[in-house]
Amino acid sequence: MQKMKLVMVGNGMAGVRTIEELLKIAPDLYDITVFGAEPHANYNRIMLSPVLAGEQTLKDIMLNDVDWYERNGITLHLNRKIVKIDRTHRTIEAEDGTVESYDRLLLATGSNPVMLPVPGRELPGVVSFRDIRDVDAMLAASSSYRHAVVIGGGLLGLEAANGLMQRGMDVTVVHLAPWLMERQLDETAARMLQRSLEAKGLKFKLSTQTSEISNLPPLQGEGRGGDGVDTEVKGLTHPHPSLPPEREGAKQCGRVAAVRFKDGSEIPADLVVMAVGIRPNSALAESAGIHCERGIVVNDTMQTYDPRIYAIGECVAHRGVSYGLVAPLFEMSKVCANHLALMGIGRYTGSTVSTKLKVTGIDLFSAGNFSGGEGTEEIVMSDAAGGVYKKLVLRDNKLEGAVLYGNTTDGAWYFQLLREKRCLGDIRQHLLTGQPNLGTGGHQGQTHAAAMPEDMEVCGCNGITKGMIVTAIKAKGLFTIEDVRKHTKASGSCGSCTGLVEQILASTLGGDYSATPAAKPMCGCTEHTHEEVRAAIREHKLLTIPDAMKFMDWRTPNGCAGCRPALNYYLISTWPHEAQDDPQSRLINERAHANIQKDGTFSVVPRMWGGVTNPAELRRIADVADKYAVPMIRVTGGQRIDLFGVKKEDLPSIWADLDMPSGHAYGKALRTVKTCVGSEFCRFGTQDSTGMGIALEKAFWNVWTPHKFKLAVSGCPRNCAEAAIKDVGVIGVDSGWEIHVAGNGGIKTEVAQFLVKVKTAEEVLEYTGAFLQLYREEARYLDRTVHWVQRVGLEYVKSKVLDEGCRKALYRRLLFALQGNKDPWAARAVEGVEKHEFEALTV
Amino acid sequence: MTDWTKICALEEIPRLGSRVLESAKGRIALFRTETDELFALQDRCPHKGGHLSQGIVCGSHVTCPMHGWNIALQEGRALAPDVGETAIYQVRVENGAVFVLI
Ligand code: SRM
Ligand SMILES: Cc1cc2nc3c(=O)[nH]c(=O)nc-3n(C[C@H](O)[C@H](O)[C@H](O)COP(=O)(O)OP(=O)(O)OC[C@H]3O[C@@H](n4cnc5c(N)ncnc54)[C@H](O)[C@@H]3O)c2cc1C
Ligand code: SF4
Ligand code: FES
Repeated sequence: MQKMKLVMVGNGMAGVRTIEELLKIAPDLYDITVFGAEPHANYNRIMLSPVLAGEQTLKDIMLNDVDWYERNGITLHLNRKIVKIDRTHRTIEAEDGTVESYDRLLLATGSNPVMLPVPGRELPGVVSFRDIRDVDAMLAASSSYRHAVVIGGGLLGLEAANGLMQRGMDVTVVHLAPWLMERQLDETAARMLQRSLEAKGLKFKLSTQTSEISNLPPLQGEGRGGDGVDTEVKGLTHPHPSLPPEREGAKQCGRVAAVRFKDGSEIPADLVVMAVGIRPNSALAESAGIHCERGIVVNDTMQTYDPRIYAIGECVAHRGVSYGLVAPLFEMSKVCANHLALMGIGRYTGSTVSTKLKVTGIDLFSAGNFSGGEGTEEIVMSDAAGGVYKKLVLRDNKLEGAVLYGNTTDGAWYFQLLREKRCLGDIRQHLLTGQPNLGTGGHQGQTHAAAMPEDMEVCGCNGITKGMIVTAIKAKGLFTIEDVRKHTKASGSCGSCTGLVEQILASTLGGDYSATPAAKPMCGCTEHTHEEVRAAIREHKLLTIPDAMKFMDWRTPNGCAGCRPALNYYLISTWPHEAQDDPQSRLINERAHANIQKDGTFSVVPRMWGGVTNPAELRRIADVADKYAVPMIRVTGGQRIDLFGVKKEDLPSIWADLDMPSGHAYGKALRTVKTCVGSEFCRFGTQDSTGMGIALEKAFWNVWTPHKFKLAVSGCPRNCAEAAIKDVGVIGVDSGWEIHVAGNGGIKTEVAQFLVKVKTAEEVLEYTGAFLQLYREEARYLDRTVHWVQRVGLEYVKSKVLDEGCRKALYRRLLFALQGNKDPWAARAVEGVEKHEFEALTV
Repeated sequence: MTDWTKICALEEIPRLGSRVLESAKGRIALFRTETDELFALQDRCPHKGGHLSQGIVCGSHVTCPMHGWNIALQEGRALAPDVGETAIYQVRVENGAVFVLI
């Protein structure tokens, strides 16, 4: 079968990313041809700023060299601008007459810099800041001229100005608005920024409109008055010490010599950089009759009005918005690739963006709406002398915008809160002081990635140092935290160093790459989020994994070790007694009902209800340990006894000999219910905590949950059972029981939040059960309760669990799910269920 | 000396699952894919020696239960970005019986 032909116009960051994504999922579908107007293969445009500043070289910033295209069988035409699309015959034509036909066309033409319509804009020495050619022109000018004027005090303008200053030029930034980066910063932050840049040597003319660029040098005593002229610039009369000979009599050579302003003032300029904005480059599409409105109009699948033609990147207008940062463009790429691969699932629904200024030594971050407005609250921290400023804008107790200056450590965290529209709840108290779990878990409180020494360990689980991460990012061209995780394993295990790794990523790349889509697909096998998958299973009554995968167009034949266990859980928790449990989609611990250890042996933890045991049980445990030569017996942190180093084939007979259910100590299930002594023996006890704990454990012991679920019951507020760090912690008080939820004592300690106080043991069971069921029905697989409650907010949980009708219904559904469930250990020990799992074959 | 040795019936290995074969050559993991293809690999992950037989089988690879490396069943090679290799053995099925060349 002949392959379809895919032609791409524009060889830039968004386009090539789309091809990369496409090759990942459908490598053989298309014959691909790429046309690029520039003479270079795909490079990292973002990094032009550090190249200009001399911090990186062009070689460092190549993303895909010519070899890459060749290796992937892509025909590449460099230096060839496409001037015509013939939609009837499905061909395109380049400036030099090359014609190519297509089945699918992908437009990725980026944008064009806006040139102010002032006289003199075509003079030699007037450039934009967009591509390698511009950087070359600036570098050439910096080596032989002195005065640079940058028009535009936005991100791009400031980065250009900084670079030129690093190259030894005398740089003035001219800006129309009253403060710098007015689209990203509020006035306070902008003033602080201006002061630091001035301290580095940049000059500014704010609230100033350019009227003319001229090849006549300014008159002696320039700065002839005018408002808003910064004093430093006023009266500048340089004798042009570095004037090259050909500049004598600027008029003849025609090069730019001065910039004049509306107020009549003027300053000398040997180089003028226009950085006043960009405009989506849609001319080609428009000339072919494709619908454009300040950008090529695309739908949520990145398709233009011509269904064979897709468009991507800065050249498009999606729901009326054109983006000028890579993070949203990369999200578009993923969706576009999905549709080009004929999978037809992905949707791009728009992005929230954040920005950073890539000027070394200046930390600046902003995201979302930071100018406040009706219905918003502001939290501001301003330390002018210390050079730190933080402004957070909240609406309905959710973060809506952030501006950080001086210390941007928490930028990634705020941005995540913002994108996830996370209900702030308890976080609000420490919102200003920053992300609580960054750098915990053995990271010695180190929170500034940039300041970390190269050899410092970042990921304690995998032994990955900062240097190893930086090397991988640079060598492999990694952009996202997922990429870094995949290549280095850093943050791939317990995840507590995720914040640090994100910071290292951000500080290594400079630009804002860390952004991940707001709605994350479950895994690489699907475009769907956890929530979408759950909804589909519920609404379409899907009962088996193959059905669910088929219905949702899974990309891989059997999913992966990430999504299969999740799907299995969603199926059995949504359709108890109906959906088919699939042992092959369970991780080994749940398949074998024991915990696998590093040498392939297993550990066995018999259930000890509420931590209580008796001589007969202890004797049986001792006998089993003798009989099977168990190498180690230890008392666990969960109030029970663990037998380590058991051979897999011995498991069924050990369970039979123990004749105790082995705790769901291994699965995503109810784990232990820790209890304290309580009123039976303890002189302070107000309630029978031991009895309560046993009742809870016996009621819920064989329930499957999204992640492990731990309980504790204390008999008084001294809380000896540590109920304050459990998924549900019950604390006895004189008048009844307090129920606390969503605590966690693991990777990051989180104190449980007070849910309700009740009087009777029956109520404790009902409220706990209802909370457990809500978690079962709504949390994402592998969310502990704390993560789920942080996302949905305690108020939401209360609205369900405290409402009587809702609570009783939840509790009923839980009891229904538990009805008639067999003890999996007894089934294996006595009935020989899944025998093959435990018996080895021999020859 | 290697020989085609009869091991078990195909049905004794679960689909998308595995069985362990204790042999003179050590532990060998036998995998059966969804489409009933059979593969035999030394039961040792090239990463840190995890028992691959205890992993989850997806498509034509198995995910190690220890730290999640993916090992291609056909060649015994770790999928990118990981690097490493595990010995493989030849397998065939005849009249519903599984033979391994060991
Ligand atoms: C046996 C035990 C340690 C001990 O000897 O005391 C233990 C052992 C393991 N824990 Fe734990 N945890 C044990 C109590 C705890 C506790 C304390 C507790 O439950 O009171 C905690 C903190 C409380 C909590 O979870 O909120 C704890 C927090 C973790 C975590 C981090 C969970 C988190 O969400 O932050 C993990 C990792 C995970 O689950 O992904 C983990 C994972 C593990 C695993 C299962 C690692 C693994 O995947 O193989 C360990 C199994 C070792 C083995 O070879 O069998 N273990 N682990 C404890 C068993 C208690 C029991 O009777 O069931
Ligand atoms: C100096 C600088 C710094 C930046 N810093 C950041 C940052 O820190 N963070 C961030 O997120 N973003 C940053 N950006 C923006 C980012 O680089 C762009 O958003 C991104 O490159 C846009 O990708 P694109 O593929 O849409 O367009 P481009 O990368 O511009 O690619 C379009 C390509 O199409 C070619 N082309 C156009 N028309 C035709 C035609 N008719 N025929 C053939 N080829 C054609 C162009 O020559 C160009 O090579 C920066 C940009 C610049 C210039
Ligand atoms: S038992 Fe828990 S804390 Fe100890 S090494 Fe294992 S996972 Fe880590
Ligand atoms: S031992 Fe297999 S992944 Fe580590």
